[in-house]
Amino acid sequence: MATPQQQQLTGEALANPPVPMAHQTSMAVSSKLQANHVNFYYGAFQALKDITMGIRTNKVTAFIGPSGCGKSTFLRTFNRMNETIRNTHVEGELLLDGENLLEMDVTGVRRRVGMVFQKSNPFPKTIFDNVAYGLRVNGMTKRSYVQEMVEKSLQRAALWTEVKDKLNKPASALSGGQQQRLCIARALAIEPEVLLLDEPCSALDPIATLKIEELLFQIKDITTIVIVTHNMQQAARVADQTGFFFMGSLIEFDDTKVIFQNPTKKETEDYVTGRFG
Amino acid sequence: MATATYARSIAGVTGISASRKITNISMLAFTGLATLLCVGVLFFILGYLLWNGGRSLSLNFFTQLPKPTGETGGGMANAIVGSGKILLLATIIGVPIGFLAGVYLSEYSNKTFAFILKYVVDLLNGVPSIVIGIVAYALVVQPMKHFSTLAGGIALGIMMIPIAVRTTEEFLRSVPNNLREGAMALGATKARTIFSVVVPAAIAGLTSGMMLNLARVAGETAPLIFTAFGNQFWSKGWLQPTAALPVMIYQYAISPYDDQHQQAWAAGFVLLALVLTINVTARLIISRGASSARR
Repeated sequence: MATPQQQQLTGEALANPPVPMAHQTSMAVSSKLQANHVNFYYGAFQALKDITMGIRTNKVTAFIGPSGCGKSTFLRTFNRMNETIRNTHVEGELLLDGENLLEMDVTGVRRRVGMVFQKSNPFPKTIFDNVAYGLRVNGMTKRSYVQEMVEKSLQRAALWTEVKDKLNKPASALSGGQQQRLCIARALAIEPEVLLLDEPCSALDPIATLKIEELLFQIKDITTIVIVTHNMQQAARVADQTGFFFMGSLIEFDDTKVIFQNPTKKETEDYVTGRFG
Repeated sequence: MATATYARSIAGVTGISASRKITNISMLAFTGLATLLCVGVLFFILGYLLWNGGRSLSLNFFTQLPKPTGETGGGMANAIVGSGKILLLATIIGVPIGFLAGVYLSEYSNKTFAFILKYVVDLLNGVPSIVIGIVAYALVVQPMKHFSTLAGGIALGIMMIPIAVRTTEEFLRSVPNNLREGAMALGATKARTIFSVVVPAAIAGLTSGMMLNLARVAGETAPLIFTAFGNQFWSKGWLQPTAALPVMIYQYAISPYDDQHQQAWAAGFVLLALVLTINVTARLIISRGASSARR
């Protein structure tokens, strides 16, 4: 899947591996997603202002900030979901593994960058068909493979034991928390390299929330996670790195510990200590 | 001044409240009476048809051809089959066109174009059925030089299009947008999203909407008079004239023979029973669909 440019790069790196090359390689490996000077507009309204940020591979990155600060909009630029909204446009550079994702085939981007939404949205199908949907639309229809992946994904989403006897029941029969875990399983089935979660727990009770947070720790090894949350405790619990957004700008982005214990910007400190927002 | 207002209101109290009471009671009486009339008309029609039609209904009505004028007995087997064929054609023509246009309207078109398209569709819905009959006559009957089942089917098919478009549009729009986003976030194309997630989510409403649409055109007479025309015998094929229940009712009702009047009543009864059956089935599907969606 590597472009000629990348192959050339790797070739060079192998031929002479001095320090600057190694540095470059480590950058490319650690930054799964990279946004450079990203602006985003809903019509004339600028929702994102000059955002530059790198998301590290196999880490959990959280976006926090008050409502309407642009964190969900920014999240949705990574799988180009904003393109489904009319009269919007994006400026700047968005890289997935160093490749410009704005120039890739959009279905290919979404196959590699999965998403879980705020409100669980199971399809009006059986539990099995929900999880198999992504496989089928991406041309993976071999029955034994589909069955294997459905089971694997439901196990990863910590839902298998609860649903293994009712795979042919409609997904709507599950509880709210189970439905959200089903949506996570559905996203995991196509083995995305990145999983975007847009306030996945905002409609769930604390127990269901805890289950989802636990499963994020489990799946961190296989996928890079970016989560938008309103809940600062949640960000502190699950995220390795945290970005604070305000009024369409990325105010501060650092290790979660630093953001919550020793932020450099006053706005960040005010927000995480609950003095505004 | 305050005292004056107070005095006036005291003086007025009894008068106003009496006239208010009368208005109140008479409004209740008028609206109640109108409701009673509405329901009454339906039950009157039902009862009258049941009385007259049910009496003349026999097994022969469903199995035999019409007898030559003046003879008693016979049935309308050919008209029942003819109506069935015309409605089948109408569904085959009207539902796919209307459905696909509805999908376009709901899922693809921009706001301005959707507004224009909806307006055009509503205009088409307002075209008198006899005018649609003339159109089908000019487009199908004249070039082919004879009346046919096909022409009747096309006329009723055109009549089904506007409601099919609006039904599809409405039910697809009621599908929550997060289902579309969910499918597209998994790498599904827009077309795949529509046909594998959005349409299945709306299928109960779509099915029943199309059935109500069919029930609505089942009783149409005017567009059939100069397209399907009518036939005293079995129709020789899809490209030949055929009898149809509504046209049969019209022809027999204006004939001078009492026996044919009885047959017309029976046909009216059968037609109404058919329409009511479709209607009730469609509404059962809707309510079942709604309850399963809520679950």
